[in-house]
Amino acid sequence: MSIDLDTARRVAHLARIRVDDDDLPALAGEFNAILGFIEQLGEVDVDGVEPMTGVTPMRLKRREDAVTDGDRQSEILSNAPDAREGFFAVPKVVE
Amino acid sequence: MLDLAYDPPAPKVIQGALHDWELVIGMEVHAQVASKAKLFSGASTQFGAEPNSNVAFVDAGMPGMLPVINEGCVALAVKTGLGLKAQINLVSAFDRKNYFYPDLPQGYQISQLYHPIVGEGEVLVEMGGGLARRVRIERIHLEQDAGKSIHDMDPHMSFVDLNRTGVALMEIVSRPDLRGPDEAAAYVSKLRQILRYLGTCDGNMQNGNLRADVNVSVCRPGDYERYWETQDFAHLGTRCEIKNMNSLRFIQAAIDYEARRQIGILEDGGSVVQETRLYDPDRGETRSMRSKEEAHDYRYFPCPDLLPLEIEQAWVDDIAAAMPELPDAKKARFIAEFGLSDYDAGVLTADVENAAYFEAVAQGRDGKMAANWVINELFGRLKREDHTIAESPVSPAQLGGIVDLIQAGDISGKIAKDLFEIVYAEGGDPAEIVEARGMRQVTDTGAIEAAVDAVIAANPAQVEKARANPKLAGWFVGQVMKATGGKANPKAVNEIVTAKLGL
Repeated sequence: MSIDLDTARRVAHLARIRVDDDDLPALAGEFNAILGFIEQLGEVDVDGVEPMTGVTPMRLKRREDAVTDGDRQSEILSNAPDAREGFFAVPKVVE
Repeated sequence: MLDLAYDPPAPKVIQGALHDWELVIGMEVHAQVASKAKLFSGASTQFGAEPNSNVAFVDAGMPGMLPVINEGCVALAVKTGLGLKAQINLVSAFDRKNYFYPDLPQGYQISQLYHPIVGEGEVLVEMGGGLARRVRIERIHLEQDAGKSIHDMDPHMSFVDLNRTGVALMEIVSRPDLRGPDEAAAYVSKLRQILRYLGTCDGNMQNGNLRADVNVSVCRPGDYERYWETQDFAHLGTRCEIKNMNSLRFIQAAIDYEARRQIGILEDGGSVVQETRLYDPDRGETRSMRSKEEAHDYRYFPCPDLLPLEIEQAWVDDIAAAMPELPDAKKARFIAEFGLSDYDAGVLTADVENAAYFEAVAQGRDGKMAANWVINELFGRLKREDHTIAESPVSPAQLGGIVDLIQAGDISGKIAKDLFEIVYAEGGDPAEIVEARGMRQVTDTGAIEAAVDAVIAANPAQVEKARANPKLAGWFVGQVMKATGGKANPKAVNEIVTAKLGL
């Protein structure tokens, strides 16, 4: 797989990271280097091996259905650039 | 349980300018899990709280916070699966669906794309007249809800409340088995009924706790049958998805509009573009949500914060052992046990609370009479005053008491209606009210005979007429009932009048 400039631009946009056009060739190059490295894994024969999503041999931790958190409006809003009447206030987003 | 046989209903046919078209509809219903806390945090799910007060740092997407799954939500999803006769997957897993929106601070929704907790099941949707659609369920997965954005509080800003962010949803995905707007609405209605019986979702559509995305396409007659044989979607038309509808009426209107829009395009020689659309109830039309299209690159990948969810068969069996009676079974039992009509049994089991109320009234009494009183008197009265069954001023014990008095012959049906009004408005024990207010029906034949004699003596002319025309005896019955304040037993009055007049 090879990443061209358009793909690099699109990936940056999807991640909401601003990348100047001048920097795109270098970014695409880095993507390609990383993907090339990972593609070596494709050489491993994994027929009949269950996909593994974690390396810890433990059961997923769970909790009871009980309210143990919340009631911390001021803390939740404390990093917001703008908050009004208990809400986060953000530039208008509407369909 | 009675195993009722149904035939499938005919698909809805829309006549285009050139030829006939049929509809094909599939649904994704999002049902909020009726849990106390959120799917991955300990914040409350309570509706209507102060904005951003039901939010934990996990929900706010704070760096370093890790999700821990709420086992109660898993149990409710399994229970829902069992209620839809679905396969329960003992191993499921969570994936990240990546997109940016202000009400999703994590930047991704944790969902189950590849390994849902519930697999294939079915819902039987009755359409009346012995017809029903068996709708196949493809899967149910657990996922997080997003927050709420309010756009009308300020001209330049949107206001975001994260109280809903991270609340557990069950996405219930159907196969494209629905064939008309009425079937689609009936399906959502049936699903809501089952969820409420199970207690896994409160089904409150107005609050958005149950909402549907509807996939609509159109095809020529015969195409759907070819799809059914092969399960190959190539036989069906291109579909559009109408997002986020929380009203049965809007669902029907949106499907009808969307189908006609697609037919118009196809008959003009165009082709339908697969896209996401929004229904505008004010204009009665659907329109494209273009902004959603670009964002459709969700880049799903397994959530690295969560190990696969493994549950034990014994745990599932425990949930299965504690399943409540479901609507179809309850309806069949009401018909068999209480001798109710299909219609009455349907009305009484439509809602689980109504069914419980009826059963409390009917227990040990005449089922049909109990059904009449619950449906015609109580439901009628509650509906006029816009009350739910939970708000009923008449308890099942009180209504049962009224039915007992009728069955014992202590009061007539007419007096019973007066008594119902008194109990509804003032409360109290029906039997005591009847005694205290002298409402007891007169079954003492001596008293009735005296009343009949008095009426006959006072109306010699009427007596002559009645002897010539026995149909006029009814007039005497009416006079006697009036004279006794409606308390005489009508059957006894009838017999005595007939005898005294020598008819």
